[in-house]
Amino acid sequence: MTDTALKTRLEPAPETVLVTDSGFSLDDWTGPEHRSATLAPEDLTPDLVQNLAPRLPDLDLIRVPFASFADGRGFTLARALRRMGYRGRLRAVGHVLADQYAMARRAGFDEVEIDAALAARQPQEQWRARADWQAHDYQARLRGSRTAPRP
Amino acid sequence: MYRYTDFDTAFLARRNAQFRAQVERRIDGSLTEDEFKPLRLMNGVYLQLHAYMLRVAIPYGTLNSAQMRQLAYLAERWDKGYGHFTTRQNIQYNWPKLRDIPDMLDALGAVGLHAIQTSGNTIRNTTADPFAGAAADEIADPRPLAELIRQWSTDHPEFQFLGRKFKIAITGSPKDRAVTKAHDIGLRLVEKDGEPGLQVLIGGGLGRTPMIGQVLRDFLPRADLLPYLEAVLATYNLLGRRDNKYKARIKITVHDHGIEQIRQLVEARFAEIRPDFTGADQALLADIEAQFAAPTFQSGDTAPYDTAYDNDPVFRSWADTNLARHRRADHAIVSISLKAHGETPGDASAAQMRTMADLAARYGYDELRISHEQNVILPHVHRADLPAVHAALKAQGLATANIGLISDIIACPGMDYCALATARSIPIAQEIATRFEDLKLEHDIGEMKIKISGCINACGHHHVGHIGILGLDRAGVENYQITLGGDGGPDATLGSRTGPGFPADEIVPAIERLMRAYLALRDGREETFLETYRRLGADPFKSALYDSARTKAA
Repeated sequence: MTDTALKTRLEPAPETVLVTDSGFSLDDWTGPEHRSATLAPEDLTPDLVQNLAPRLPDLDLIRVPFASFADGRGFTLARALRRMGYRGRLRAVGHVLADQYAMARRAGFDEVEIDAALAARQPQEQWRARADWQAHDYQARLRGSRTAPRP
Repeated sequence: MYRYTDFDTAFLARRNAQFRAQVERRIDGSLTEDEFKPLRLMNGVYLQLHAYMLRVAIPYGTLNSAQMRQLAYLAERWDKGYGHFTTRQNIQYNWPKLRDIPDMLDALGAVGLHAIQTSGNTIRNTTADPFAGAAADEIADPRPLAELIRQWSTDHPEFQFLGRKFKIAITGSPKDRAVTKAHDIGLRLVEKDGEPGLQVLIGGGLGRTPMIGQVLRDFLPRADLLPYLEAVLATYNLLGRRDNKYKARIKITVHDHGIEQIRQLVEARFAEIRPDFTGADQALLADIEAQFAAPTFQSGDTAPYDTAYDNDPVFRSWADTNLARHRRADHAIVSISLKAHGETPGDASAAQMRTMADLAARYGYDELRISHEQNVILPHVHRADLPAVHAALKAQGLATANIGLISDIIACPGMDYCALATARSIPIAQEIATRFEDLKLEHDIGEMKIKISGCINACGHHHVGHIGILGLDRAGVENYQITLGGDGGPDATLGSRTGPGFPADEIVPAIERLMRAYLALRDGREETFLETYRRLGADPFKSALYDSARTKAA
């Protein structure tokens, strides 16, 4: 794996909000930097995938950046990571809309990290409205028991 | 026909409530216009030239009479009294107000219809053979698999923000009335050693870079369909270009990487995904299939048909042109032309929709279909009932006997409605239809597919028209290029451009010269235009187009 492909954690962003099923909170990740990684969709070359798999058990947090809400590659990346057996925290970071929260959860993300400006524009009620992401899920019906690829 | 389960109904109510809230959140500023756009698009709402447009899905082109009546109600209640059926088996309303759209969606939901994923960069409404379940030449009814794909693709969490739109078509007949080779994924039902499966085509598409689909998997067992589709989509989602929307369709991805590499990536991912599907989809499919069981066909004397056929020349002409072979000899498939000479191709008034709904309820086992040729189909009608059906259609201006003929034109909305168009399409279609009606040459010419697009995005499928017409803007003046020899059948072929285009007032005479050349050159009445073109090549038609024009100008 190349050093650029799998960086240790992002520069600390002071003004971000963490979104989970219960609403807004502050980032509570306190683990050592070497236990986390940032993985962008464009990094996911076949070579990287091969090299990444053995390292997954050593990671507790993977951040997947969303440069734009319109770029949905991160959803497929999340699915792929879960399918590869990653069990740690999986976080979508950046421009993700409240309307995409259920998609993010169903794809295998645990949480979304957004900046303060987006949090102000889309307050937590709008995110909580999508916290019932397990309801009305065609995929769950079609796949049977292994709905969420979370191991 | 598929009836919504409680799950479908609850899903749709929830989805419509979400869209209602999204409209409010756009108004209160929670969503920027940029953010709202893909959300309205994935609910079928476009911003057109003059107004918002709502595109309603007619999944795999199948409707019952209650649904058709509701489409009529929407046209009257929230639009101008008509709707426009499209080449992807949808219906478009061109004049709704944004604040009314949530109510329109609720009204659709009441009859199990929706506008989900009829636009946007996501998996679109899956289209199918409009004669499915009725055609004599069918291997199997493709609609149960189409419904399964509808459920799988609806709100799929990975594929709502793809690089570009994604279209799937499925056919159960070797005749391929679904143009599967011109879709991102084309599916053809096949059998191998008695086992039902699918041939999977990939990378077809029209638009500004037309390409014919290639075989990705020659035989896919039916039970592998969803994981295989998911493997194709996941591969495309990560590999497809996102830097240039004109290079973002999967046909470009396939072209750039080559079919071999795509196949390798898809098969590897398929192996990973396959275990996720534990068989629940196959149990659902069995339920769906039961609902698509053929109706209990009535038998009985077909003498009323024979009597009308022998004695009424208007009925006979309609029967010869608009009926197709049903799998039962005492039934017929009725194509209702939405191409009356001089009218807008694909438009139907609310009154016409209700007439068609009534006929389906009374004579057609409550089934209707929309074809990609923008006509309406009654897939099962007993032959004894055909005279009554014809009479009722005639009273509503729906008995035009022109299916498959020169006036049965596919035309995109063009500059009359569309913000992207560079030229008008509808008036050209109307003028061609009325011209050949006046000449009384239509039936003599026989099978002829003219397809007109008002810009290079090719919504009118001009690349696969026997004659394709592409309207462009040349320094502020409409100019129409002609392509010849395209074919949307099982061996789909792209047409070839003849040469310079024609201005709006010269395109109809140019088509007339082409037709007169064909009539003079053909080897008897049995040889269609396409066959003559294939036998002789483009040269005699080019000289018909250009030599006489030059002579006239000189």
